[in-house]
Amino acid sequence: MSSTFDTIANIIAETCDIPRDSITPDSHAINDLGIDSLDFLDIAFAIDKAFGIKLPLEQWTQEVNDGKATTDQYFVLKNLSARIDELVAAKGA
Amino acid sequence: MRLEYFQLIDRIVDLRLADRTISAEATVPSESTIFEGHFPGYPLMPGVLLAETMAQTSGWLVVAMNRFERMPFLAAVKDAKFRTFVTPGMVLSVNATLLHEGSGYAVTKANISTKGKAICDAVLTLRVMPFPNPEMSEQMRKTAERIGFPNEVPANG
Repeated sequence: MSSTFDTIANIIAETCDIPRDSITPDSHAINDLGIDSLDFLDIAFAIDKAFGIKLPLEQWTQEVNDGKATTDQYFVLKNLSARIDELVAAKGA
Repeated sequence: MRLEYFQLIDRIVDLRLADRTISAEATVPSESTIFEGHFPGYPLMPGVLLAETMAQTSGWLVVAMNRFERMPFLAAVKDAKFRTFVTPGMVLSVNATLLHEGSGYAVTKANISTKGKAICDAVLTLRVMPFPNPEMSEQMRKTAERIGFPNEVPANG
């Protein structure tokens, strides 16, 4: 799996005290790992710092609330990794 | 400071958006009902109010950064250390630096000192969201005026 996934999995393990082995690319941060919104702020902070980006959490939340996206699209870790890769690529473009 | 009303900042003394820093001043009141319980015969400003003082100062910095468009709410206090007792009459210098402005949140590092002596410090996380109602926005603007929030926030301090 990508190094992006490894980085965010390590961040989640450290931030939320979740065993690293239990975090997989198919894990849903909320539904499977039980990460709440406050803990996710810590994770977002660490991800923002690690990748030099700004996760658009408000936009994602709005899209989910409006029914335009599912939480799977942003919070299943392989999908989150893909979103991060897109943001990193966009930053360098 | 009016502890009972959570008015913990007396005056903003410096605000530098380019540097992402703010400094404020606050004088601990000589009398307060809070001191009747904390502690009888030995009045000390509670640590939670010192944390709140750092949060309010951080909050004004975030308010300045977003030009009163959004309201910060305290979400987390980390690595808080209370190094010195704070007693009635002390003049406090409160400083905060924005470490990160995320989407819907901000992280600051803040400290309080008196006469150059460290009192406390912490890393604070604030949720940043639209004002819940116009009344709160208006109240914040009134408070800003009271504490000397600059009318024109300079970009470079």
